[in-house]
Amino acid sequence: MRSYVIKRLIGMVPTLLLISMIVFVVIQLPPGDIVTSTLDRLQAQGVEISAEQVQNLRAQYKLDKPMVLQYLYWIGNFVTGDMGYSYLYSRPVNELVWERLGYTLLISISALLFTWAVAVPAGMFSAVRQYSVGDYVLTTVMLVGLATPSFLLALVAMYAGYEWFGISIGGLFSPEYRDVPWSLARVGDFLSHLWIPMIVVGLGGTASTMRILRANLLDELNKPYVVTARAKGVPPIKLLIKYPLRIAINPFISTIGLLLPVLISGEAIVSIVLNLPTTGPALIQAIVNQDMYLAGSFLMLLAILTVVGMLLSDLLLAWADPRIRYE
Amino acid sequence: MTDNVLEIRDLAVEFKTDTGITHALRDVSFDVPRGKVTAVVGESGSGKSVTANCIMRIIQPPGKIVSGDMMFSPTRTDPYDIVSLDNKDPRLVDLRGDLISMVFQEPMTALSPVYTVGNQVAEAILCHRDVTEEEAWEEAADMLTRVGIDDVPRRIHQYPFEFSGGMRQRVVIAMALVCNPEVLICDEPTTALDVTIQAEILTLIRDLQQELSNSVLFITHDLGVVAQLADQVVVMYQGRVLEIGTVRQVLKEPLHPYTRGLLAAIPGIVPKGQRLETIASVVGDSDIETAYPLTRLKDGREVSLSPEALREIDNE
Amino acid sequence: MSELTIDTQIEAISPRQLAWIRFKRHRLAMVSGCFLILIYLVAGLCEFVTPYGTETRNVQAINAPPMSIHFVDNDGSFHLRPFVYGYDMHINDDTWMREYTENPEKRYPIYFLARGESYELWNLIESDLHLFTTRDGYIHLFGTDQLGRDVFSRVFYGARVSLSIGIVGVMLTLFFGVLIGGLAGYLGGLVDRAVQRVIEVLQSMPTLPLWMALSAALPVYWSPIAVYFGITIILSLFGWPALARQVRGRFLALREEDFVVSARLLGAGKMRIIFKHMLPSFTSHVIATATLAVPGMILGETALSFLGIGLRPPVVSWGVLMQQAQNYQVIVMTPWLLIPGLFVVLTVMAFNLLGDGLRDAVDPYSTGGQN
Repeated sequence: MRSYVIKRLIGMVPTLLLISMIVFVVIQLPPGDIVTSTLDRLQAQGVEISAEQVQNLRAQYKLDKPMVLQYLYWIGNFVTGDMGYSYLYSRPVNELVWERLGYTLLISISALLFTWAVAVPAGMFSAVRQYSVGDYVLTTVMLVGLATPSFLLALVAMYAGYEWFGISIGGLFSPEYRDVPWSLARVGDFLSHLWIPMIVVGLGGTASTMRILRANLLDELNKPYVVTARAKGVPPIKLLIKYPLRIAINPFISTIGLLLPVLISGEAIVSIVLNLPTTGPALIQAIVNQDMYLAGSFLMLLAILTVVGMLLSDLLLAWADPRIRYE
Repeated sequence: MTDNVLEIRDLAVEFKTDTGITHALRDVSFDVPRGKVTAVVGESGSGKSVTANCIMRIIQPPGKIVSGDMMFSPTRTDPYDIVSLDNKDPRLVDLRGDLISMVFQEPMTALSPVYTVGNQVAEAILCHRDVTEEEAWEEAADMLTRVGIDDVPRRIHQYPFEFSGGMRQRVVIAMALVCNPEVLICDEPTTALDVTIQAEILTLIRDLQQELSNSVLFITHDLGVVAQLADQVVVMYQGRVLEIGTVRQVLKEPLHPYTRGLLAAIPGIVPKGQRLETIASVVGDSDIETAYPLTRLKDGREVSLSPEALREIDNE
Repeated sequence: MSELTIDTQIEAISPRQLAWIRFKRHRLAMVSGCFLILIYLVAGLCEFVTPYGTETRNVQAINAPPMSIHFVDNDGSFHLRPFVYGYDMHINDDTWMREYTENPEKRYPIYFLARGESYELWNLIESDLHLFTTRDGYIHLFGTDQLGRDVFSRVFYGARVSLSIGIVGVMLTLFFGVLIGGLAGYLGGLVDRAVQRVIEVLQSMPTLPLWMALSAALPVYWSPIAVYFGITIILSLFGWPALARQVRGRFLALREEDFVVSARLLGAGKMRIIFKHMLPSFTSHVIATATLAVPGMILGETALSFLGIGLRPPVVSWGVLMQQAQNYQVIVMTPWLLIPGLFVVLTVMAFNLLGDGLRDAVDPYSTGGQN
């Protein structure tokens, strides 16, 4: 097990390096750079800037160096924890990202938990009672869930919240709690706002997860080892959980890794619609304004989040399935 | 108490599929004598395994028992009809694994890959006996030793994929016998194994049967195995019983043309160029497709033949 | 023996026919297929199908709700020709919003295959024939937006863009996926490992933020058509890895398949094995997978355009239309602006069902589970 973990940890390094290169290329793609957009802004304000000052600015941002060097500066600083300076907010990126990343993580993880809490029982029911009315209802709901873009779901949630409950949904805090320090009441307020994005982000994943679990379980239900256990006299519910579900859950664990990028993508767009203080809205702001350090850091951190998530899901799988552990 | 631990009468099973109803079993009747080995012989699709699954009541939908009864007379409890048990009947729990247990064809897939063998063998005890986890594991270890597994203290904590096919089948047998069932059903337990391993497993089953003196229902298509192991033989074809008799009767003097065909189809040494016999080449397209009721003959054997054929036998 | 005759029949038909038989049994997939054919037809002929162009404004109906079609008028008499009622507008004293009610005095009969607004079908054929329209007055079956444009017409014009992005994007994905996956599977070794690693990396990145970053990189001065292709390429850029992985996996599995091995042992040439034995059992699979990839493309376009970094007006797509419904005042006041979303859901659902049906038809052993 330990050697497996070490092997996987070492394997992460080239993956992350490749990701960082892609991210760097992506944030370099938009025409112009910080200096040109700064110049544009200053010129629009009527400030004249000499060619020398431009040169200084370019040197300050290392923009006069070749691409490869720029990348090395960027990634070198990133690794040492210096993510650069956001010109959009006029603050170091470090000060900007962590809180937002935390909320993103929180929403994504709670969405993941929601996904499981709903998908596992639903998938089990659907498989065991195949072709029953309940199965059809669940399958239909999930089909619709799978086909509904998360932003549409967020819009519908807003509409429903307003029409039926008379509350405005959006944000993670009520106005009176927005800028106060953490307290028990603030946590409560936060939780009462968390569940909407949790459900909205999680529903798409729930649909696909339930489908996978249902299919896996149907595959396993009539396997010889289940029949053997049944012939042994294991009571039905215990039989279902201990035998087929236990095996069907394995490929399911490995899909957690693939679910994470989806959840984070969904989180980004839902946060934009619901106006949540997470990475999504800030990222799009940064991208549109070509705030490359900020955008790059967000992209990089989100990618690291998913890579680590995938690693965890693989380790979980190895823990759950002795066949992999013993390989 | 009767001499028969199990009496199956007019058992019929149907499978409803998209293309219509398949009659998996039609009026199957035979007895399983106490303390003896009964072999059920027949080709694939003859209904042997379906019969076994009926006894355990583990027939899966779309399969369904439509009629018949199976009187089960265990020594430990009062006799009852297995077919009429409700799905929630507590006797069903005792039936499966405690009074009757089963060894399956595929040792490679009959065990869950994610639990240790000890866990799976001990579970059989825990399902039926009021013992602690430790006691169950101890009993499991005893049983594993008895089925010939070496180094049990270490191997009991291993996973099925760390065992060879033959060893796995020993584990499955241990799992089936650990509660000392009155009836052990073996559904082609050696088919998936190498020939040398087959012999070992057969010897093991026979020795254990004599030791524990439980009744065995042995399902196979291998007449060699039947000759080695069985006391009584039931020949099945297309969901029907064609012939019942002692091993000697059925193998030495088969009455039904199908049984004769089955015997002739055992590959022997034939001159080069000559084709091996098939059942069809011996039986031709004679009357095995027509169902006749089982008739009991004077010497105690039963056979399903046309009245004319029966008269001929009487005349002999 | 009736079973025997069935067997011989099955032997006599080709795998393709067998797949078709299995597919026909999937009633939902059949219905979805028909729905998709219909909506693609409508999208293809949207100039003819819709009564108005995308920019035609009706100043008498700003943010007007959907009209309903009537057969019986206020006097209770039945008309064979269906008709709609015109709007009466008044300002709500509390909210200061326009509100519309149907006015039974303004009865506008609907005429089918009638002359109306002129248009150029596919920029080629000039015509003014419409599937349905009214002679006097107006018809807004899905209501109008804040500029008085007909939502019904715009939904189907948008369908043309969104649906075609789905297809074009999947074509590109397919091209990259099959090419790269096939090469990796065929060449093996270092190439295979490199491709595997790239696939792994691309799959582990959250797509939407990357899409966002990439589409923001599309220059603002690009023509709508260039942006259209730019977005399509961006969408397929992260779509191909999944497909390539599948193709590679299939390729490797097939190579070890008994019928391929026996073909090789019989002395069949490499090309013969690939084209005669491997490709056929492969294409149907790829088609099914591609069908299941279309929804991702459509959803991606919708999401990007919705955020305002995908397609931009005056181009009309479902995502662009949804952009109007970004804040909840709009949704509460004019919920019919969500109708394009309904079409997105229906289309994506149809593609999913169709893809499932196709996959089951070509691979009866799969049950839809992954791995």
